[in-house]
Amino acid sequence: MSNDSIKKTLQVALGVCFVASILVSSAAVGLKPLQEENKKLDLLKNILIAGDLYKEGEDLNKTFKENISPEIIDLATGDVIPKSEYDDELNIDKFNVQVLQSSSKWGEDIPADKDIAGIKRQPKAMAVYRVMKDGKVEKYILPIFGKGLWSTLYGFIALDKDLNTVKGFTFYQHGETPGLGGEVDNPKWKHLWINKKIYDENGKLRIEVIKGVVDASSPDAKYKVDGLSGATLTTRGVSHLVRFWLGEQGYKPFIDKLKGENKNV
Amino acid sequence: MSKYKEILFDPIFKNNPIALQILGICSALAVTTKLETAAVMSLAVLVVVAFSNLFVSLIRNHVPGSIRILVEMTIIASLVIIADQVIKAFLYDISKQLSVYVGLIITNCIVMGRAEAYALKNPPWESFLDGIGNGLGYTVILLAVGFIRELFGSGKLFGFTILPLTNDGGWYMGNGLFLLAPSAFFIIGMFIWVLRTFHPEQVEED
Repeated sequence: MSNDSIKKTLQVALGVCFVASILVSSAAVGLKPLQEENKKLDLLKNILIAGDLYKEGEDLNKTFKENISPEIIDLATGDVIPKSEYDDELNIDKFNVQVLQSSSKWGEDIPADKDIAGIKRQPKAMAVYRVMKDGKVEKYILPIFGKGLWSTLYGFIALDKDLNTVKGFTFYQHGETPGLGGEVDNPKWKHLWINKKIYDENGKLRIEVIKGVVDASSPDAKYKVDGLSGATLTTRGVSHLVRFWLGEQGYKPFIDKLKGENKNV
Repeated sequence: MSKYKEILFDPIFKNNPIALQILGICSALAVTTKLETAAVMSLAVLVVVAFSNLFVSLIRNHVPGSIRILVEMTIIASLVIIADQVIKAFLYDISKQLSVYVGLIITNCIVMGRAEAYALKNPPWESFLDGIGNGLGYTVILLAVGFIRELFGSGKLFGFTILPLTNDGGWYMGNGLFLLAPSAFFIIGMFIWVLRTFHPEQVEED
């Protein structure tokens, strides 16, 4: 039989596809548990880095369990969402902002004039990781994300228990230019965020990244972070995404609510 | 024996897929800012091109001419997906840095080019060696480019500090150009220049 007959053509096509599909699907299914585990560990690792709890070689799961109490909150009201309302998409154990963002139930479109982070859709609920010490909250670690120059940056910002002081700042995923915008990963720059204040006495959102170097003698210096040289657009993106997530569309209702509770105690 | 040796080692300098055939440039620019990613990417390409050559060669006498390229692509794409899954499962940090480029091995002309030009006409063992040889040719260039870019761009090799950067309190001011894609063009260009000085027969006639 000639190789070019219709019958042979179909046989070869089906045969090749059949074998290939079996190989691909068994690789995908067989390796899935390992990949999921990797993703989870990666997230834990970055939360611990933001909380300044990460030590190389330690059991991440153990450190996480001992120090951190995770929850999901409703952004609009600031209330904790009870575990009974968890579903396939909303679950603190596999919390994923991208899944929630594209979810029809847990995501929503952002009006264009409010979308300073450039993300178009946002989750209605976000995770909050409380760093606990001796039964008391030490820090709050909040996931944040937004557009830089080339990519969406995903990271965490850690706040002190007063909910007004930055205690840690890190991105775990981005595609900014190495050496320029990619310097958001530079430990020196991340260190600049520590002890910056977010809101002023009247609760107005003040924190921002400026172009150039902050004048340390100015009274506003505590709200300002140096921009990265050669990375104006990335810097602007980072400034906007931080302001977005600490503003009304983001964690502000939650923060205000907690501050109110703290006062009453 | 010498025949096998030729198949295996010719593509490294005499007939290098990147430097002479100018194939697979895209990924050579993208993943060579660090040696680590360059090494993993090279290994992935080597495995994919070797096995795609082997499988294409095994069925070469049964492949109808009309769907020849489709069959090759199916085999290549499957191998790439498997490679991608394996990297995601065992080298998660590196897979994050390589992002889409592992998937893009599917469109790497070296793989398709070797299947078309060699594996369709030659027996399996030779094809397999040809795949490994071309994979090594690709590896040599990627490692060389990665070495230069990581060393001069970020003062490190495989993540270990060699030249301490001023950013971290050292004395070396990192050369940002080496971290951008165009620098890989220059380095590959120089590599081709050096290669053609030693192998003048590679120079194209005007």
